[in-house]
Amino acid sequence: MTTEVGSETDVKKEPEKVPEVQQQTESQQTDQPDKAADSADQPSSASADQPQEESQSAEAKSDPEESASPEPSSPPAAGGQKKDKGISRFLPPWLKRQKSLSQDKPESTAPAKQESVEAVKEEHEEASQPKEETDGGGAATASTEQTEEVKEVKEVREESRAEEVQVEEKEKEEEKSIGSADTQPVREEKEGESEVKESEEQKEQEEEKTEEEQVIQQETSVLSALKLNKKMKMVVCHVTLLDGSQFSCEVEKRAKGQYLFFQVCEHLNLMEKDYFGLNFKDNAEQRCWLDPTKEIKRQIRNSQWQFGFSVKFYPPDPSQLTEDITRYLLCLQLRQDIASGRLPCSFVTHALLGSYTLQAELGDHDPEEHRLDYISDFQFAPNQTKELEEKVVELHKSHRGMTPAQADAQFLENAKKLSMYGVDLHHAKDSEGVDIMLGVCSNGLLIYKDRLRINRFAWPKILKISYKRSNFYIKIRPGEAEQFESTVGFKLPNHRAAKRVWKVCVEHHTFFRLVSPEQPTKTKFLTLGSKFRYSGRTQAQTRQASSLIDRPAPYFQRTSSKRISRSLDGAPVVNVSDYSQALTAGAGENGPSLELNSDSKSLEEELTSLFLSKACFSGLSGSCNITAAPAEASKDSAQPEVPQQTPPRPGTDSRDASKNAEVKPEVNGQPEVIEVVEETVVIEEVVKAKPKSPAPEATVTVNAEHAADVKEERSLSSDSESEEEAEYHAQPPSTSVSTQLIKEEPEEEQEAELTQQAPPSAIEPQPITEAAEAAPAAEEEKPTVQLEEDVHADEPSVTPDEAPNGHAHPDEATPTLNAAAAEEEEPHIVNGSASRVETEHLPQVICCSEPPVVKTEMVTISDTFAAQKTEISTKEVPIVHTETKTITYEAAQLDGNGDGEPGVLMTAQTITSESLCTTTTTHITKTLKGGLSETRIEKRIVITGDSDIDHDQALAQAIKEAKEQHPDMSVTRVVVHKETELAEEDD
Amino acid sequence: MANIYPYGCFTHAVVRSIPESFGKLAEGGEGFETDLAKAQRQMGVLTGALRQKVGLQLIEIPAVSELPESWRIEDIAVIQGDTALITRPFKQQRRAEAEAVRRVLNELKLTVVEMGDEEGGSGGATLEGSDVLFTGKEFFVGISKHTNHRGAEVLADTFKDFAVSTVPVCGGSRLKNICSMGGPDTIIISSGDGAKKTLRVMEQLTDHHYEILSVPEDVAANCIYIRGPSRADYLLHPTAEECPNSVPVSNRGWSVHIVLYERNCALPSQCDLSGEKHAAGINFNYTNECCDTDLCNTAATISSPCWTGAVLSLCSLALLLQLG
Repeated sequence: MTTEVGSETDVKKEPEKVPEVQQQTESQQTDQPDKAADSADQPSSASADQPQEESQSAEAKSDPEESASPEPSSPPAAGGQKKDKGISRFLPPWLKRQKSLSQDKPESTAPAKQESVEAVKEEHEEASQPKEETDGGGAATASTEQTEEVKEVKEVREESRAEEVQVEEKEKEEEKSIGSADTQPVREEKEGESEVKESEEQKEQEEEKTEEEQVIQQETSVLSALKLNKKMKMVVCHVTLLDGSQFSCEVEKRAKGQYLFFQVCEHLNLMEKDYFGLNFKDNAEQRCWLDPTKEIKRQIRNSQWQFGFSVKFYPPDPSQLTEDITRYLLCLQLRQDIASGRLPCSFVTHALLGSYTLQAELGDHDPEEHRLDYISDFQFAPNQTKELEEKVVELHKSHRGMTPAQADAQFLENAKKLSMYGVDLHHAKDSEGVDIMLGVCSNGLLIYKDRLRINRFAWPKILKISYKRSNFYIKIRPGEAEQFESTVGFKLPNHRAAKRVWKVCVEHHTFFRLVSPEQPTKTKFLTLGSKFRYSGRTQAQTRQASSLIDRPAPYFQRTSSKRISRSLDGAPVVNVSDYSQALTAGAGENGPSLELNSDSKSLEEELTSLFLSKACFSGLSGSCNITAAPAEASKDSAQPEVPQQTPPRPGTDSRDASKNAEVKPEVNGQPEVIEVVEETVVIEEVVKAKPKSPAPEATVTVNAEHAADVKEERSLSSDSESEEEAEYHAQPPSTSVSTQLIKEEPEEEQEAELTQQAPPSAIEPQPITEAAEAAPAAEEEKPTVQLEEDVHADEPSVTPDEAPNGHAHPDEATPTLNAAAAEEEEPHIVNGSASRVETEHLPQVICCSEPPVVKTEMVTISDTFAAQKTEISTKEVPIVHTETKTITYEAAQLDGNGDGEPGVLMTAQTITSESLCTTTTTHITKTLKGGLSETRIEKRIVITGDSDIDHDQALAQAIKEAKEQHPDMSVTRVVVHKETELAEEDD
Repeated sequence: MANIYPYGCFTHAVVRSIPESFGKLAEGGEGFETDLAKAQRQMGVLTGALRQKVGLQLIEIPAVSELPESWRIEDIAVIQGDTALITRPFKQQRRAEAEAVRRVLNELKLTVVEMGDEEGGSGGATLEGSDVLFTGKEFFVGISKHTNHRGAEVLADTFKDFAVSTVPVCGGSRLKNICSMGGPDTIIISSGDGAKKTLRVMEQLTDHHYEILSVPEDVAANCIYIRGPSRADYLLHPTAEECPNSVPVSNRGWSVHIVLYERNCALPSQCDLSGEKHAAGINFNYTNECCDTDLCNTAATISSPCWTGAVLSLCSLALLLQLG
C-alpha cells in the first residue's frame, strides 16, 4: 500500500515544489492510501518529467541548503554576525556543535555566553525554521512509513534508478517528500511487474514488521542516547550494492556517513566492514568516498542521495578474511573491476577468473543445463569474445566439486596477484607536465606512465603527504646514499582531485601501514589545512576484530541465485527503512551549527599534509591525556564526541573564527612559504590532581603565570605546520586520573589549542579497550596526525568531533555533553598578533605578562557516569567526576599564518625522564626548511599527585629547567592542562 | 595465469643454430675475431644440457645465413604463460628473424601477439627480449639502446596481469647482460656501476622481495635458472674461465665458457666467484666451485662499440617456455 502512495506524492510534488513542502507532506500522509491506484499510471509521466525536474531540483536544492548553511550573513547582516559566520568556518566542528547544543538547551548555556549564542542562533533559526516545518512533516511521514517498509530482496533493476534519482533530488529540494521517495522505487517495480505486486505486498507487510524491529534495534544501538529532536527530516538514500541491486534506506537528513554505512552493512549482514565504503558522485561526476564521520548532506552537496557500496581497501591477502561473505563481496567488486577494465588482465586470467565465477554462482558445470549461452549473463571481460566464453566454460568444467566458497577463494587467490589489484588510479601530471597516473595501493604509491610503472614509493619511504591547490606532494625519506629528503610533486587536474588523492593516500596509509588510526579528535582542528584523517579501523584492527567474530557463517545468496529469484519474483524490492525520528534526531542536532560552516568548505585547505615519518612519531601521542586513568577513560568513552564535552564558548569561538577568517586570505594568497628558523620550547605539564583539589582555576592561573614568565616570543614562522606536528605528544608514561596540561605552542592558532584540549576529555573508548595493542601503534600514528599541517581550516564542517571510530556512537554522549557544556568554561584567547581578535571574557583568565601571548583556557567537567553507560569495560573505575582545564599561552607570532611547507624533517627523538611526581617527556624535532634548520622541542611535564603537591612550584621548576637546558631557545607556547577529580557534589 | 607456478618451470626450449655468417656484421665487423666453430660447439653444449640434463623439449630452428644474429633468439620473443609477444628489434635487419620463430611458437599453440603495425599505435616501438627480465612476479624492461618506452608499453599491454617496470640500462648493454634470474626469487646481477644503478631502480619499483646475488662481472650475471620437469633446480652459468675476474680480454677475444651446473635446492652458485649474498639482512660471502667442463667457446671482443653484446650470452640462446 505504501508503495503506491509514493508515486502519487511524487507527481503531486513535482509541480508544487519547495515552498509548500509542509503541506505536501501532510497531504501526502493523508493521501497515501489512495495513491496506490494512481501509481500505475504515473510511471510514464514521471520518467518524462525527469529531466526537467532534475534541472529544477538542482536550483531548488541549492536554495534550501544555502539558507540552511552558514550563510550566516544573509539576514542579520550585522558585521559581527558575519564575523561569526566566518569564524565558524574555522572553528572545529565540535565547537560549533556545542553552540547548537547550547541552543537546544538554553538553560545550560551560561549567561555570559548568551550573546554570542544568540547571534549564532539567529542564523540557525533561519536555517532551521524551514527544516522544522519539514521536519514535522517528515516525522509524520516517517511514522507512516514504518508500516510501509517494503523490501526484502535487494534486487532493484537498474532501470529504476533514474527515477529514484529523480526522487532524491526532489527530496532534497523539498526535504520532505520522503514518503513519496520511499515509495517510489516500489512503484517502479510495479511498472515492471505489476502482476507480482499483490503477493509481494503481503510478503512485504509481514516483513515490514520484522524489519522494523530490526531497524529499531539498530538504531537504538547506534543512536542510543539521542532521541532529542522530534523534528528530523528524513531522506531516502539509495545505495547500489555490489551485486547491482539497490538498497534504499531512510536516514535523517543530517545523519553521518557511518549511519548509512552501518545500515548497508547490516542489510548485507556484513561484519568485516572496514574494507568497504560508500561512495558517491560529486558534481563533477567524480567518485568520492563518503566520509563516515561527516554528515552525508555536507559531503554530497547538491548531488543526489545515490551511493555505491564498494570495496575501499582491497585486502592484499583475501584468504585472511574471516568470513566467506566478505570474500564474496570482494569477489563481486573484483568482477566489476574486471568487467569495467579497471583491473586489467590477460585473456587467460579472464578465462580463469570467469570460470571460478561460474563455479561459485552456478555450481558444477552441467552439460544438460548449461549450454553455451548460459554464460551470456556474465561479463568476464571488458571485451568478451566467443573465444573467451568457450575457454571459460572449458575451465568451468574442470572445477567440478568446488564449493562456491572455494571458488571464490580461488578467484581471489588469482585476482590478488594481478598487478593492478587494489590500485586506485588517479590522473596526474609530473613536474614536467607529462601525463602519468598515480596509483594508491596497500603498499604505497605507484607512478605509472601509460601502462608502465615508472616509480614507486612504498609507505615507509614516504615521510609526508600533502597537497596544495591542485598539487600533490610526497616527501620522500632519503635513501641510504642520500642526505636529504626530497619532495616529489604532481599536478592534479584540479584542487578537488588533489585533495581526493591526498585523502586516499592518507586512508590507505593509515589502514595498511598503521596499527591503529590516528585520532582525529586529538589533532588540532583549526590548524591550517584539512584535518581529515582516516578514522576507521586499520587492517590490523579489523583483522583482530574479525578474529573475534563468532557467529555461524551467515547465509547469503550469491548473485546467480538472486538472478534466478528475480526472474521468479520479478520485482526488485526496495527497502525503505523508517527510522524513528526520535532515534535519529540526535544525529541532527549538530546540524544547524554545522551548517553555519558550510560555506567555509568552499575555502578548502590549500595545503594539507600528513607526516608519515615514523621517526617523528616516536612516543608522541596527541594530547597526552589519552593515557589518563581508567576513570577518565571511562568518561571519555562515554562521550565519544569530544567537542561537545568541552564546548568552547560560542562567543569566543566565533571570534576566533573571524580572526581566522581574516587571516585566511593572506594565507591563501601566499603561495610561498616564508621560511624562518624556529626555535621553540614547548612545555607541557600534566598535573594529576586528586578529587580534593576543587579549585582548578586557581591552580591554573598560577601555572599560567609561571608559564608566562617562561614564555617568550616565538620566532615566527610562516609555516606553522611543522610545528603543529610537534604538538602532539606521546602518551605520558604515567597514567593519571586527572591531568593538567601546560602546553606551550608555537602556533598562533588558538583553535588548534582548543582542539588539543578537547582530546583529553575526548578520549574515545577505543583507545581504552584496545590500549594494549594500540599503544605502540598509537605512538606512531598520533604523531602523524599531529604532524599534519593544514594551512586552511579546511573542512570545519567536517566535524571530526564525532570520534570517527566505529565504536563511538556520536550521539550517545550528548546528554552528558550538554551538562558538561553548561559547566564548562570557555576558552579565552588573548592574542597578541594583529590578526587576532582579542577578547577576554573571563576574569579569571590570567593575562600573560607579555602582550603577544595568547591564552586559552578551557575547563571541562564531565561525568563519569555517562561513561559507564556506554563503556562496560570500565567497571572497575571509581566513579569520579573530573574537571579538565586547559590554558594555553602563546607567544605572539610575527607571522600569523604560515602556509609554507613544513620543511624537511631531519630528526625526531623523544626522551622521557621521571622523577618523584613529575614525568617529563621531551620531544625534539629537527626540521630543515629552505636550508635553515629548525629545532623544536616539546616538553610534556606530567605532574601527578594529590593536592598537597605544589603544582605551581613544580611547574615553575620544570619551566625553569627547560629554559636552562636550552638557553638558546625561546618558549613560544605553554599549555596548561589540568584535570581534577571533583567531589560528587560538584557535579 | 598469473603466476600459478613459481618461476622457472619450463618445459620447452627453442634455440636457433649459429649461422655460417656468425660474426659477420654489416657494421664494424672488422673488429671482431669470432670463432664460428667454437660458437657452434658452445651451442651444442647448451642444447645438450637443456635437453639431456635438464630434460626440456628442445626445438631447434635452423640457421639462416642471411640473418647473422638470429641465434640470439631471445630477442625475438617474450614468452610468459601461453602468450608470446613477437618483438620488434631495434635493428631493421633483424626483424626478419621473427618469421621462423613465429611459426614455431604457433605450432606450440602459444597465443602469439604482435607488436602491431609500425605505423600504428605502436609505431616507433622497439623491444628486444634481452631487455626483458621476467621474475615470475613482474617484468622489468631495460630501457636501452635497443628497447624504448613504447616497446615497453606494448609489453605491458600484452601481459596485463603483471606489473611492468622500466629500468635504465647503462652503456650499450642490455638488461639481461647484467642480470638474470638465479632462482624463483633471486636476481643475479653484476656489481658494476651501471648494474648497481639498474638494481637500485629495480628495488625501488618492485613490490616484492628478491634475494640479490651480486657478481663481479657482467658476464657472470648471465645465467639461466630452470626448474626442470624433474623438479630439480638447474642453474646454467658461465664457467670460471670467463667470469674470472675481469681479465681484460678486449683485443684478444675472450672465451665464453658455458657450464652446466646442477644444483638441488641449494643457493644458486657461481663458479669460482666470490660475491656477496644479501639474505635476510645478513651478508655473507660465498665461494663456489663448479664443475666446469670447458665445453666450447666463442671469440668475440667486447670492446667494439657496436658489438658489445656479441658474447654468446646464455640467456640469448634459448627461448624457454612452459607449456601444458
